[in-house]
Amino acid sequence: MSTAIDPVETFRAEARELFEQLETTLLDIEADPSDKDLIDTAFRALHTIKGSGAMFGFDAASAFTHHVENAFDLVRKGKLAATKELVEVALAAKDHMRVLIEQPEAAPPGRSEALLAQLAGIIGIGPVVSVSSNDAHPPEPPPERTTYRLHFRLARNAMAMGANPLLLLKELRELGDCTMVTDTDGIPMLEEMDPSGCYLAWDGLLSTDQPRSAIDDVFMFVIDDMELSVEVVEPEAKRLGEILVERHAVSADALDKALDQQPRLGAMLVKEGLVSTDKVAAALAEQKHLKGEVEKVAKADAADIRVQASRLDELMDQVGELVIAQARLRQLANAGNDPHLKSLVEEIERLSSELRDTTMGIRMVPIGSLFGRFRRLVRDLSKELGKEIALTTSGEETELDKTVIERLHDPLVHLIRNSLDHGVEAPDIRESKGKPRQGTIHLSAIHSGAQVLIKITDDGAGIDPVRVRAKAEENGLIPPGAELSEPEIFQLILQPGFSTAAKVTSVSGRGVGMDVVKRAIDQLRGTIDIDSTLGSGSTMTLRLPLTLAIIDGLLVRVGEGRYVIPLSAVEECVELSAEDDRRASGRDFLNIRDETVPFLRLKALFNVVTDPEPYQKVVIVSTGDARVGLVVDQIIGDYQTVIKSLSKIHSTVQTFSGATILGDGTVALIIDVPRLIDFGQASESQKKAS
Amino acid sequence: MGNVHTLSRPVEILTLALSGEAFALEATIVREILDLVPITTVPNAPRYATGLINVRGKVVPLVDLRVRLGMTVEPRTIDTRIVVIEATLDGELTMVGLLADKVYEVAEINMQSIESTPKVGMRWPPEFIRGIGRRNGGFLIILDIDRVFASEPAREDRLHGS
Repeated sequence: MSTAIDPVETFRAEARELFEQLETTLLDIEADPSDKDLIDTAFRALHTIKGSGAMFGFDAASAFTHHVENAFDLVRKGKLAATKELVEVALAAKDHMRVLIEQPEAAPPGRSEALLAQLAGIIGIGPVVSVSSNDAHPPEPPPERTTYRLHFRLARNAMAMGANPLLLLKELRELGDCTMVTDTDGIPMLEEMDPSGCYLAWDGLLSTDQPRSAIDDVFMFVIDDMELSVEVVEPEAKRLGEILVERHAVSADALDKALDQQPRLGAMLVKEGLVSTDKVAAALAEQKHLKGEVEKVAKADAADIRVQASRLDELMDQVGELVIAQARLRQLANAGNDPHLKSLVEEIERLSSELRDTTMGIRMVPIGSLFGRFRRLVRDLSKELGKEIALTTSGEETELDKTVIERLHDPLVHLIRNSLDHGVEAPDIRESKGKPRQGTIHLSAIHSGAQVLIKITDDGAGIDPVRVRAKAEENGLIPPGAELSEPEIFQLILQPGFSTAAKVTSVSGRGVGMDVVKRAIDQLRGTIDIDSTLGSGSTMTLRLPLTLAIIDGLLVRVGEGRYVIPLSAVEECVELSAEDDRRASGRDFLNIRDETVPFLRLKALFNVVTDPEPYQKVVIVSTGDARVGLVVDQIIGDYQTVIKSLSKIHSTVQTFSGATILGDGTVALIIDVPRLIDFGQASESQKKAS
Repeated sequence: MGNVHTLSRPVEILTLALSGEAFALEATIVREILDLVPITTVPNAPRYATGLINVRGKVVPLVDLRVRLGMTVEPRTIDTRIVVIEATLDGELTMVGLLADKVYEVAEINMQSIESTPKVGMRWPPEFIRGIGRRNGGFLIILDIDRVFASEPAREDRLHGS
């Protein structure tokens, strides 16, 4: 893979984030149209998309965005109200911009014009009619924080003319971070002084993201007879002497001379009479201000670094290898008798496990970004379905591996759609049942050990177990009259080809669906629990591992080979009694606490031919509803390990989700439990057939 | 395979033995040559690729070219080596280990001296062979590695040996 960064791709990645932010902001504006900060945020996002879009050659996107930006500029200036209609169009426009940037060739022709016509319509009915969409004033440069060095001295008669220096200073302070020091050098002897005269001057720095013209605006009414100098300074930490020289308060020569005599430069310069106390104070203040600016810039730089995901993968791989090498080192050290080596190995063990945790931490992102994307979905769908539904969320700060979050999007969309469509009832029905007209869907995320629980809860109609059972019997998923607990019945919903919705809508109910969700969650090595009370709502709980890169497993031996069974699937381990083993030729069932559990012999499934061993063990695993025993020769212990995927050559081997390298350097395969069970069932029915 | 005649510069090849026959690979795709390492069996895998090995912390599939080429498989000896190469599988560069009964040497061969594969009298699937060269008076079968892996690995029976 090439490590060169395509600037256009970087722009797209940034634009994606901006679009997400814009969407959230627009939805917030819809909820609270009066919030000026939100309007500003939306405007800035549009402005940036327009500006950088043009820079990277997305002219169509940029031109289109320009008009939307104009509309928000009007809102910002209070000339247009942020109505629901405007937000509606802006949301549609945002989707369109996204297409224009992601796949410009796929943009439907005429879409831009249609949206702009809508937009023009809205702007037209607002108080400002004159704004035509071609009214393109040159774009303002994006706000950039600049530090100015200011020096000003008002005209001697300024106070008599009604100017108030205190107000001017206050205005300056409102522009940004301002450090001003008064220069009293100009005050004459008392007998020469005019009491109403202004003898003071001010020196200092202003760091602001306002344009230079804002400073001139402050002095607009007094500018005529005053001294004013404004120059841009680079925020860098400077020495006092440098500042004084730069400000012409002292000559470089004089400074050098003074520097020859230590210790305190400022005090010394004053003593030498080269510079007044005030000037030094001003310079000291400037020094402090600039230091602050430098620190602010440094902080902003440190806050965020964009790194290619492939580099993180590489890092993770290398850390994984380090963990493996470290395990081998420990084996060697334990075999020997060197206490120094052993303590060193322990040290390295601690370091490498910390390094692994940190590396995994880099990949973690809060799930809030994902939750945010569903607000739009719920809003649009409930409109379409004529329902009133609020989406509430909690636990947005819960962190998960970025890959897991990305792969969660589709299954969650599906589950939320289901809740919207089948769960929450229409407002009238809800009212007749004594529920509030508005239904609620709650999304929550919470850490639970090495797993994350994501719950989708609705206060809708719930799932009717009787209907589910009838449907499953009808589809032949279960034999008529099968004894099933309620959770087992709910799990049937996840079976392929199951759909309880009598009415097929565009939202859900095409008969494919929940099994796709289940498959996606299985692939993430997660599980789905369904809980529901008829009449008052349902809860879907997804249990997911924190990361896909590392797995907690149970290391077992079958013949000569060693295999890892994901610990999340393991329920318990029991011994296979000789009696059960013998009897099992006809029926492979175990009796565990009065429950019948079928078992599969991994030896047979894996075609391992070794002598039968006396103390075989059964690892009871569960996949959703089914509990199955896996017969192994030995249980070695639990094992945390880095997953390596199998190559294309082994793409036909579905019973393993990957491989890992053990402490002694050999490779062990990781069992994909659901697929292994499918495979076991398939090969058993084949046995029966032949 | 007619285009190999147009290449005039000599190329480096790695020569190795498979079931008593001399074969050759382009040396540029070879990453390293290993002594036998512990091999993990992948149950129900295609018969030509039943193993996995650890190559410097990476899990690498081990391919037995003898099975792929339909030759008799002889037991491993002290001369058995694993040639780690980079092959293109479905457009993805992948590390693959190849079992070889013996590895001879890296040699230079003039592409002009390579003859195209005869239509008859060949024991091996012709699509896997780039051409026939001569070395030390004997024949040298030059493999087209990407093609060896390109064609349908799914064809192999994957479920049960019996």
